Order: sequence, then structure tokens, then C-alpha cells
Amino acid sequence: MNDVLLEMRGITKTFPGVKALEDVTLAVKRGEIHAICGENGAGKSTLMKVLSGVYPTGSYDGEIWFDGKPVHFAGIRDSEAVGVVIIHQELALVPYLSIAENIFLGNERRGRGGLIDWNKTNAEARELLTSVGLDENPVSPVIQLGVGKQQLVEIAKALSKDVRLLILDEPTAALNDVDSAHLLDLLRRLRDRGITCIMISHKLSEITAIADSTTVIRDGHTVETLDMSSGDVTQERIIRGMVGRDLDSFYPDRVSEPGPEVLRIEDWSVWHPVQPRKVVDHAALNVRAGEVVGIAGLMGAGRTELAMSVFGRSYGRNISGRLYMHGKEVRARTVAEAIDNGIAYATEDRKRYGLNLIADVRANVSAAALGKLARAGWVNGNEEIKVAEQGRRDMNIKTRTVLDTVGTLSGGNQQKVVLSKWLFTDPDVLILDEPTRGIDVGAKYEIYTIINRLVAQGKAVIVISSELPELLGICDRIYTLSAGRITGELPIGEATQENLMALMTMEKELAG
Amino acid sequence: MTSTKPTARPQDAPADGGSAQNAAAQNESAESASAAALHVGTSDPFALITRNLRQSGIYIAFVVIVALFAALTDGVLLSPGNITNIVLQYSYILVLAIGMVILIIAGHIDLSVGSIVALTGAVSAVLVIQHDQPWWVGIVAAVAVGTAVGAWHGFWVAYVGMPAFIVTLAGMLLFRGLTLQVLDNVSLSPFPGEYQKVASGFLNGLIGGQGYDAFTLLIAAIAAAGYAVSVFRTRLARIRYEQPVESFPLFVTRVVLVAAVVMYFAWQLAHARGLPIVLIILAVLVIAYGLMTKNTVFGRQVYAIGGNLSAAMLSGVKVRKVNFWIFVNMGFLAGIAGVIYSSRSNGAQPAAGNMFELDAIAAAFIGGAAVAGGVGTVVGAMVGGLIMAVMSNGMQLMGVDQSTQSVVKGLVLLLAVAFDIYNKRRAGASR
Repeated sequence: MNDVLLEMRGITKTFPGVKALEDVTLAVKRGEIHAICGENGAGKSTLMKVLSGVYPTGSYDGEIWFDGKPVHFAGIRDSEAVGVVIIHQELALVPYLSIAENIFLGNERRGRGGLIDWNKTNAEARELLTSVGLDENPVSPVIQLGVGKQQLVEIAKALSKDVRLLILDEPTAALNDVDSAHLLDLLRRLRDRGITCIMISHKLSEITAIADSTTVIRDGHTVETLDMSSGDVTQERIIRGMVGRDLDSFYPDRVSEPGPEVLRIEDWSVWHPVQPRKVVDHAALNVRAGEVVGIAGLMGAGRTELAMSVFGRSYGRNISGRLYMHGKEVRARTVAEAIDNGIAYATEDRKRYGLNLIADVRANVSAAALGKLARAGWVNGNEEIKVAEQGRRDMNIKTRTVLDTVGTLSGGNQQKVVLSKWLFTDPDVLILDEPTRGIDVGAKYEIYTIINRLVAQGKAVIVISSELPELLGICDRIYTLSAGRITGELPIGEATQENLMALMTMEKELAG
Repeated sequence: MTSTKPTARPQDAPADGGSAQNAAAQNESAESASAAALHVGTSDPFALITRNLRQSGIYIAFVVIVALFAALTDGVLLSPGNITNIVLQYSYILVLAIGMVILIIAGHIDLSVGSIVALTGAVSAVLVIQHDQPWWVGIVAAVAVGTAVGAWHGFWVAYVGMPAFIVTLAGMLLFRGLTLQVLDNVSLSPFPGEYQKVASGFLNGLIGGQGYDAFTLLIAAIAAAGYAVSVFRTRLARIRYEQPVESFPLFVTRVVLVAAVVMYFAWQLAHARGLPIVLIILAVLVIAYGLMTKNTVFGRQVYAIGGNLSAAMLSGVKVRKVNFWIFVNMGFLAGIAGVIYSSRSNGAQPAAGNMFELDAIAAAFIGGAAVAGGVGTVVGAMVGGLIMAVMSNGMQLMGVDQSTQSVVKGLVLLLAVAFDIYNKRRAGASR
């Protein structure tokens, strides 16, 4: 009993018309890393919001015991007072404030007369940064840091609050492999210092690597808690718990029969929009009809920059190089021209760049090709709904009607809306930037199936992904990108995680 | 060609994306789900009201306010003469609100419309009164100047990339100053009779009537019939496309209700001075812009830009072009408002149009437009403007002084936006 730090018993949380959690139990042992798995919408984030007091006591049924005592959190301040700190998926840092200011935001180190003691603030911040392994000046603004380092600042902020139970919601979702490894290392060190940690993650490889136990949640119920210390719990075992049945394969099979070349770029260079440096450097690649081509690269390698510059020069300046569609050089200087030429680009950040979240499914699906539904500028609204319905059926978008607001859909369904939108432009080549980021295993499989269907129809697909197993699972050919240069091109038969990683880091080693 | 092997298909598993929220929908096939939507979505009047609470809320508020002031003024508010007065007094604010709500939907604002009203009225007055030009030259010149001012704003916002707040704040000072220069700091009046007709003329007596104007009633009847035909055709088209429609009795009730309101309104007008010319102008603009925002590529792109600028750009929307033209349009409408206002006040004054921008902005927000953009309708803005109009007019009739009127209007604006935010938060919490 004494080795249990946190116990949540019989938690039931109801939203108007929806039971998000039902009789959920969770027991976290002192000093362990406890992973929580479940598909999107299973109730993981809701459970953590109950725990951290975002949903105050009284708005849910059930009990929370912390350190052997029942607790009732009326707000996030109450939970932080006993040492429960949550780090949300979307980081909550103020970009133009310094690292130190962010760390002590709401918890300022005050000196005489209530004024902020800057010496103390910065000195303590420096100590905290050292303890998370971040070598940065505490007075530099947070905006200058990459996402990985910002994540570390968040952890330093949690440490400043004398954290006993640290909750991380998808901590590595936006991180590349190197930064992720860094973060997991840090979590291990925190565990050694006696800090208990709850981690929500979709990346099962990380969970099997780091977690001491794993609780699986499905449809608002606790399915099971697995003891990971024995080491014989496999990813497949966890997935079985998440989806309720075995998943023989992450990736649907496909017979590859590439046709003629669809898109080719040559000598493609792109300059950063503000800084005087090249983000893409003399890149050349091609993709054929019925082929899935992957682009692998670490964060900052220029993957998104390359894709967006090809897509109507929507990123960068001084773009030079040649773009061929079906063997003919084309002009695609605006997004509209790129779409006209049969190029589609589904962004990596669908909420910020891909969707109008306050509009309905229908308006989002038609957004990139509204002209196809219009005569003399007048949109045929009925035809538009028909198109949206078509997308909903083809993609299996789970929504009540196409007039539902896109913001209310789950990540996987939002991604399917994005795909429907681009398919409606009838593209010859689809560039999918992180098409499965932040979506659950089941929806991932559906996205892969859709990709397979598209190439079967003769479309060409370029997939950009941070997850190497994903690229290895769905591509015919993979290019590696490092510091803006294409450093390799491997047919799928020759590619392994190891040789891809070697190519992806090549430039750095040469430079270092 | 290629084959997909349906090994284990997790989408068949009960675990899903949206949890219990759409558990009902996913257990059924797509067809039966949409059949359910047909029922849930539209036949049930309660569902209709709650689903469009933001929109219907404003109509309910309007009815309540009209009833309240009608009671407080012993029915004077709805008397024929007073209804005519409300139309004449607030028409130019409503014209401005049309342009304003479009800007607000796109995420912009225009603080300069009051100054543009003054400037365009002044240009017209100088031409017609000082230079003895015919009345229509004044009108054309005013609208042209307004459009040019809109293009000026559009250039800075769309192509230079400045925030509209700053550009039009500058414009507010700039064009007020130009008004003073054009007028040489004095008021000009009066306009010739034809020019005055724009704002205070009536179409009546064209086909006679006993104590009332039959022509007004005829026009209103045509309008009501046109409305009925157009919604019926929409309904048929929706049925042809197998989309949910409201149940037939509900549909008929709605059409009859709208027709009754239109005819009552016309009946009152017919018993006063007939059909105001400015009402015709306003009706044409509301219908044209209402359709434009809802049913054209351009209008839909305005919503897309306001909803998510980056997503709109990456969907091939020519954002700069759209932004430029909605400012040109605002200038154009401000020019028309300038003509109406100068015609109504029968002259041009250096201080004309003061604070009009705030009334127009308030109308848009009371009418359900969102501060962050992406949401709002022309019709909503009209109702928002009419709420303000009825309140002002009602309070004037009751002899409430100007200061209290201002306090009440301020509170209504505050509450309207608070309601909007409350609604959004509720929508967010139910995710």
C-alpha cells in the first residue's frame, strides 16, 4: 500500500451526452514511470485533466488518493501544491519571455518589497537547466529554442515547483528521434531522483523502452495495467489491449507497380525567408505514378521546407531549380498554380495550416477546389454537400453529418478531412507531410490503406515522416535529407532504420 | 495492379477516434447514420433552435426587444409613421454594417467609415451645391471617391501587410481632415430636390389605394412570393440531392411567418408615406450581399481567410486579392452611405458621420460575428443593426436622454459579445 503514490478509483466523468470516462482506476507506484496508452479519444487526456484539477472536484465521480490521503483538487493550483504537475502536449511557454521568466511564471522569485529578485531567478533557473541537461542562457527568450529544448524548459519549470508526480502528455510527439532519446534519458534520471512520472504516448517503442508499467485505456474504461519490468510485454501486446484485438500488421500490404514519372525536381534550392542561409540545397528527386516515395530526415533537415517550396513556393525565398510534371517543365509560382498543375500538399500541422477548425466538414473539403463546384462564381451548395458526403464515405470520416464543425473531430478524422480536401482537387501527386502525426493506431492503418488505394489509382505519393518504421512500412523508395541536401536514395529492399539514420545524419558528422 | 490485403483491419474494432461521442454513428452504416441525421438535424424544432443558438438567439432577442419597446411606448414604436422613421434614420448604418461584417468575417475592421461617409458627402455637396452639377454626378462622384478610399486601405492592408486597425485608424484621421479641406470648414446645403429623394423620397400612389398605398403592398407581396418560391426551390433541390430538410409543416410555418412579417411591415408603410426609396436600395444590397457571402466562391473565401488564414493560403486562396477587394467594397458601401446620409441631412457638414463606424461594428458583433473572424452573416448584422435602431428609437420615444441611451447601447453590445464567448466556451467544453 505504501509504495503506491497515486490511486484513482472509480473515476467517471460525463460531458453533456457523452460519458468520457467510466469507472476508471489507475494506481501509480512511487518512483516509477507509468505509461498510459489508448487510442485518440479513449479518455487519456480527460483522465489527466481530472487528476490535475483542470476538471475540479465535484465535476466527476470517484476518488483520488495521493500519498495515502484522499485529495480534492478545485483547480490546477491545488494539485501543484501537493506536487502534481502536468505538461500539456501543446507547450505553454510565452515565446518572448526569457527561459528564466518562463520557468518561474506564476511562481516568481520575489525579493524585498515584492519586487522580482532577478539574480535569484536567473541563478535558480541556471541550476534547473543544468539538472535537465540544457546548456542555455536563462535570459535568452524561449522563442530562440527548438521544440525539443522548449520541452526541457517545461520540465525545468515543473522541477521548480517541487514536483513529485510529473505528467507528460505526448512529450515526444513533436520531437525528432535524437531529441526524443534525450528526453527519455532525462525521464530515467528523474526517476532515479525519485520523481514519479506518468507519460501519455502514442509511440509504443518508447513505452516498451522506458515504462515500468503501462495502463491501457479504451473507450473511457481501464482495460488493464501491464507490468513492464519483466520485459516480455511487446508492442503487439499493448496494441491488442488498445484496439481490443490483435493487429497482425501495422501496414497493409501492397504490390508496387510504378508507372511513368509524374513529378521531378532538379537543382532545387531554397533560402530561408529571413535568415541568410539555404534550407534546401540543390535537391533533386522524382516520383512515379503508383509509387510511394518517402522523405526521411531529422527535424530541421528541410523536409517541410522542400515540400512547401515545391507547392507553389509557399515557403522561402530565392527559390531556384526546375520542376517537371509528366516530363514537362511547369510554372507553379503560387499555390493556385501548383494545384492547377496537379500537386497537393497536406501539411504536418493540420490544426494551424490545414483546416478551418471553426468551419464544417463540407467547407473544409471543398476549400481547395471551390471553383470546381461553381459556375460564374456561384457555388452549387448541394453539389458541395454531395462531394463532402462522398469524401466522408470514401475516407470513413466518423462524424454525424458533414455540417459538423471540424474542430470537434478527433485527430484521425481531421486528417481524413484534409485528405478528402486534397483528393477533391484531383491531384496527380500528393505530398503528405507527417500524415499520421498525433493520430491513433487504428486511424493510422486507415490512412495507410487510403494511401495504398490512391497509388492503386495511379497517383504518385510523397510521404514525409519522422517515424522510420512508418516509411519502411509504406514506401517503395526513400530519399534521405540532411541539412537541406539529399544524401541518399534507397529502394525499400535495401533500406533499414540503421542505414537511413546514417544517411540522415551524414552532413552533421562531416561538419562536426 | 496493386492489392491491399485486409489482414487485421482495426477500423472494424470497436475502439475509435471520437469515443462515445459518435459511437452511435459508427455502429451504423454510413447510410443509416445520415438517415439519423435527417431526423436529428432538422425536423425537431428544438434541435433547430439549439443547434443555431447563436443565430436564432439574435432573432429571439430582436423580437423580445421590439415587443418590450412596443409595450413601453404604448404601441407607438410600431405605428406606421415611426416604422418609416426607423428605416430612414438607420439605413446608412445598415449599409455600412454590410461592408463591416464582411471585413470582420475576414478578420479585419474598418474604423474610418464615419470619415468616408463625411468625405463622400462633402465631395458630392461641393459638386452639386457649389458647382451646380446635376444630382447624379454627385452620387457617382461620392461612390467613386468612397471606392477609391477603400482601394487605398486595401492596398496597405493586403499588399503592405499592415493591420487593418492601424491603417483605418490612420484613414479615420486622414479622411476627416480631407473632409474639412474639401468643405473649407463650413457646412454646405441645401441639395436640390432630386438628391434629397434618395433618403427621404417615397414611391407611392403609383397604382392608387384608399388611405393606403397599394403599390407598396404589391411590391411587398412580390417580395414575399419571391421568397417563398426561392426557398421552395432550394428545398426541392435539397430533396433531389437527398439531403435532410425540415419537415413540411415546419417549412410552411416558416414561410408563412416570414411573409406575414413582411406584409405587416408593408401594411404599416403603406399607411404612412409609402415605400421609402432608401428601403429599396437597402433591400437590394442586403439580398445581393447575403447571396454573395453565402453562395459565391469569393464570399466563401472570405470565411476561409477569417477561419484560418494559413490554411486558406495553402488551399490556393488568393488572400491578398480577397483582402484588397473587401476593403474596396467597404469603401464603395461607405460611399453609398455617404450619399444617403448627405441626402437625409440635406447637406454636408464637417462633423458628419462621427462615430458611425462604432455603430456599424456594434451591429456586426451583436449580429453574431466573432471577434477572431471566420463567423458572421450579413443578415445577422442587419438584425444587430435593427436591435440598436429599435432601442435608440424606442428610448427616444420614451424621452430617455442621450446619456442613458448610450449606457444602454454599450451594455447591450457587451452582453451580446459575452453571450458569444459563453457559447463558444460551452461548445469547447463539450468536446
